Amino acid sequence: MAATQEEIVEGLAEIVNEIAGIPVEDVQLDKSFTDDLDVDSLSMVEVVVAAEERFDVKIPDEDVKNLKTVGDATDYILKHQG
Amino acid sequence: MSKIKPSKGAPYARILGVGGYRPTRVVPNEVILETIDSSDEWIRSRSGIETRHWASDEETVAAMSVEASGKAIADAGISAEQIGGVIVSTVSHFKQTPAVATEIADKLGTNKAAAFDISAGCAGFGYGLTLAKGMIVEGSAEYVLVIGVERLSDLTDLEDRATAFLFGDGAGAVVVGPSQEPMIGPTVWGSEGDKSETIKQTVPWTDYRSGEVAKFPAITQEGQAVFRWAVFEMAKVAQQALDAAGISANDLDVFIPHQANERIIDSMVKTLKLPQHVTVARDVRTTGNTSAASIPLAMERLLATGEAKSGDTALLIGFGAGLVFAATVVTLP
Repeated sequence: MAATQEEIVEGLAEIVNEIAGIPVEDVQLDKSFTDDLDVDSLSMVEVVVAAEERFDVKIPDEDVKNLKTVGDATDYILKHQG
Repeated sequence: MSKIKPSKGAPYARILGVGGYRPTRVVPNEVILETIDSSDEWIRSRSGIETRHWASDEETVAAMSVEASGKAIADAGISAEQIGGVIVSTVSHFKQTPAVATEIADKLGTNKAAAFDISAGCAGFGYGLTLAKGMIVEGSAEYVLVIGVERLSDLTDLEDRATAFLFGDGAGAVVVGPSQEPMIGPTVWGSEGDKSETIKQTVPWTDYRSGEVAKFPAITQEGQAVFRWAVFEMAKVAQQALDAAGISANDLDVFIPHQANERIIDSMVKTLKLPQHVTVARDVRTTGNTSAASIPLAMERLLATGEAKSGDTALLIGFGAGLVFAATVVTLP
């Protein structure tokens, strides 16, 4: 069953927490991965791969750079999830 | 049809000795920061690199190779005349003809050993090792020298903030010889030419010669794509090499991945779920990324510092421009 927006944000928060050590409550839709959450470009790849597995979605390299905020990633997953 | 007598090789092959050469000049991040807008902290956090070595005019590809090979030959306890093959993996020897391997074979004092260069980027050492093993088991050479050597400082764009800090120079060599026991496992290797644009030379030499481009060619890469492939795809290849050798992660003593970037190494260790007891090579911190030279250089350092010892079981994996990869389990010399 497809995940809801709320479930995706919750999942991303857990992933970002595990990879970058950011408190889950800080991961909000308007937060920028690099500027607000201290997720650098390489950690972002780890976040993306973990999100792909969790939400059964493919996020190609060329799309990763467009995912600036948690909201961008959430929208992308909502639209592309299997 | 006449019957052709078959060649007769050794039952198995092993690495008998290792040697390395790092150029005299040590280059700290401060020097890199003279040409790019970055910081020591940024470079360290993205790559783990603190210093790298850059070769002088005298520290040529051949000269560095001869130094590293001399040490490997001494470590193996053989003489140069016994070497029947010299395989050199490099992408930064700027004279394509003749192969630099012939000059190295001669300078070392081999007895007209078969000598040739290969081009397999950062997987070059594993490719060379696989060829050497084949030559020994097949019987066309008793001892083979495998050299990974690079002067990547010559192919570095010092104004590119994504790669200026990454590369270093150096040579690593091993002597491969006959063994009664299998001490080099099956190689899991291959290429993914559909990803050839991920790591590449900016332009062909001919474009530079014709004046079409003013800037000397350099190595460039798509950082995120390389990172994803290196960590997640290469972890699968590393696991396949373990499986092919019949070795579990628990049996492993040492992990020597290509020293591309410490973040890749950290992530690979995590993805592979390597146990705590496995010693992980992190030579990249003070040697930078030396492409084909990185695995033998890291191996030499681990043995020299006592972090690894002779007889340890090590997983080697090289991966890079091509894209190409090669992984195998070996017993350390």
